[in-house]
Amino acid sequence: MINAASKEVKEKYDKLVNEMTPKSPHLKNIIMAFIFGGLVCVLGQAIYDTSSTLFPNLSSTELGSVQSIVLIFITALLTGLGIFDKIGNIAGAGTMIPITGFANAVSSTAIEFKKEGIIFGLSSKMYFVAGPVIVNGITASVIVGIIYYLIDLIF
Amino acid sequence: MIETLILYLKVFAVGGAICIIGQILIDFTKLTSGKILVIFLMAGIVLESFGLFQPLKDFAMAGVTVPITGFGSVLAKGAIEAVKDKGLLGALLGGTTAAAGGIAAATAFAYLFAMLFNSKTK
Amino acid sequence: MKRVGKQTIIFENKPKIIANSAIVGPKEFAGPLKDFFDYRIIDDKWNEDSFEKAERKMLEFAICTAIRRSKKKLKNIDMLIAGDLLNQIITSSYAARKIDTMYLGIYNACSTFTEALAIGSVLIDGEYLNNVACATGSHFSTAERQYRYPLELGNQRTPASQRTVTGAGCSILSLEGEGPKITMATMGKVIDYGIKDANNMGAAMAPAAMNTLLAHFEDTSTSPKDYDLILTGDLGNLGSELLKIIMNNHGVDISKNHNDCGKLIYSDIQRTVQGGSGSGCSASVFNSYIIKKLNSGEYNKILFAATGALLSTVSTQQGDSIPAIAHALVIER
Repeated sequence: MINAASKEVKEKYDKLVNEMTPKSPHLKNIIMAFIFGGLVCVLGQAIYDTSSTLFPNLSSTELGSVQSIVLIFITALLTGLGIFDKIGNIAGAGTMIPITGFANAVSSTAIEFKKEGIIFGLSSKMYFVAGPVIVNGITASVIVGIIYYLIDLIF
Repeated sequence: MIETLILYLKVFAVGGAICIIGQILIDFTKLTSGKILVIFLMAGIVLESFGLFQPLKDFAMAGVTVPITGFGSVLAKGAIEAVKDKGLLGALLGGTTAAAGGIAAATAFAYLFAMLFNSKTK
Repeated sequence: MKRVGKQTIIFENKPKIIANSAIVGPKEFAGPLKDFFDYRIIDDKWNEDSFEKAERKMLEFAICTAIRRSKKKLKNIDMLIAGDLLNQIITSSYAARKIDTMYLGIYNACSTFTEALAIGSVLIDGEYLNNVACATGSHFSTAERQYRYPLELGNQRTPASQRTVTGAGCSILSLEGEGPKITMATMGKVIDYGIKDANNMGAAMAPAAMNTLLAHFEDTSTSPKDYDLILTGDLGNLGSELLKIIMNNHGVDISKNHNDCGKLIYSDIQRTVQGGSGSGCSASVFNSYIIKKLNSGEYNKILFAATGALLSTVSTQQGDSIPAIAHALVIER
């Protein structure tokens, strides 16, 4: 590492960079995240309530699925139309943390890699960004299930 | 009517508050969006495993189920309930079965709209 | 020996830049340099079916236009030296299929353009070749998907980020003919100050620019006031400020005549955060704005140091810091 700066120089430079780098508009971002995040959840609740009146025989778990599915559909459509990234740019975590963020990550990747073909592009890269959610979520659920099983055995 | 209004206010406030935590993670840490999503998902799984998610859900409904934490809770709850019914096999079946709607919708709709649309330069 | 100091080469035969061409995308054309760009594409895909093919077509166009403007026949162009940002520099190599001449594909990220000019000048000064075409290009939409995220992903841009320029530029170097002369080249070393944030390229590249500029001033016993303009490649707003500060810390003040291609190409209202970047940035700005100012006599002697961040997505994901490089050229009227 001949041309790498000494530790001292690096630390000094790192401090300078941190001082000089502009900060994101925190207050604005937080307010936008609150408003958009709240609105997305209200939309979810409205979907839930509407479908519970339309389909009174669905269980609350199934209604929860309907809520997710409709939000995912709306997000995928807005992503395809090229609108969602503009909303996301303003809303930040407000659209990223809700299930909309997950749906956007899947559909934007699918659209982006379509050019490399249906199989090796679209299909294989679809979960390139959102894959960690599925992989970690499913694995963790299996672990939780096993732990519950063991607890049941012991007690 | 008033009850519905109060519920919607709770949904808005709690959902918004969860997103504020996410925004703070984006702005003040170097975590990438993928990592932040996984953190929220894991929070949902942990809360559900200790039985703490249900009270939150009773209080704020979509305010906690729409954020990705809700997806985590669905996965964990599915696994826990399936274990009671089917034993060890349930640990493998439960989570994915419960989350099937979301995963299938995300995959199928993404496929559909990817066929219909192209990405645009920003 | 045709060298002074450790890093600076002197060109006794003074290769001339006899023709140029630059082409940019719509967003770049909407910026402050609008009047200096001769060609633009209206649609980012330029009737091709992918952004990669559009990038290639832009580079081909820049090369062909520059050759045409040089009034040389294609068979008289001895060599094409080209580079870009895509994996395995496919843009350059595929564009070179259409140019029936020797080809060197090179990569030094966003500093590739000055690297190409330096190599071309060496070959011409050594009288190995008569005419050399040097070209680089980049495209926002291809760089974005390779280095960052899908275009439609709804994430927020971080406050230190830069926008990859959609554009390409080509210069024709020759021994005979009229045009600004390349008199010296100071090749850079790879410098790493430990910056790990891939969204803050300006900060990663500023120390490399400093290193090359300091080496140049030392080798040639010149100082910033000997130049009408000290032009860096794509440090952007933040990187330029950092460069001025760290140069000052070494007792060299460049604040009076420094400018940066990344700063020049976009206006503040275009929401590109810190400005432009990419190998097309310095190539398109130099081959339009700067060369026109050199030809009109507004600048007589400039020091042009394009900078490059030599990272990849793999090195970023493995948590490695970002090495950077800068190559400087002295260009005189």
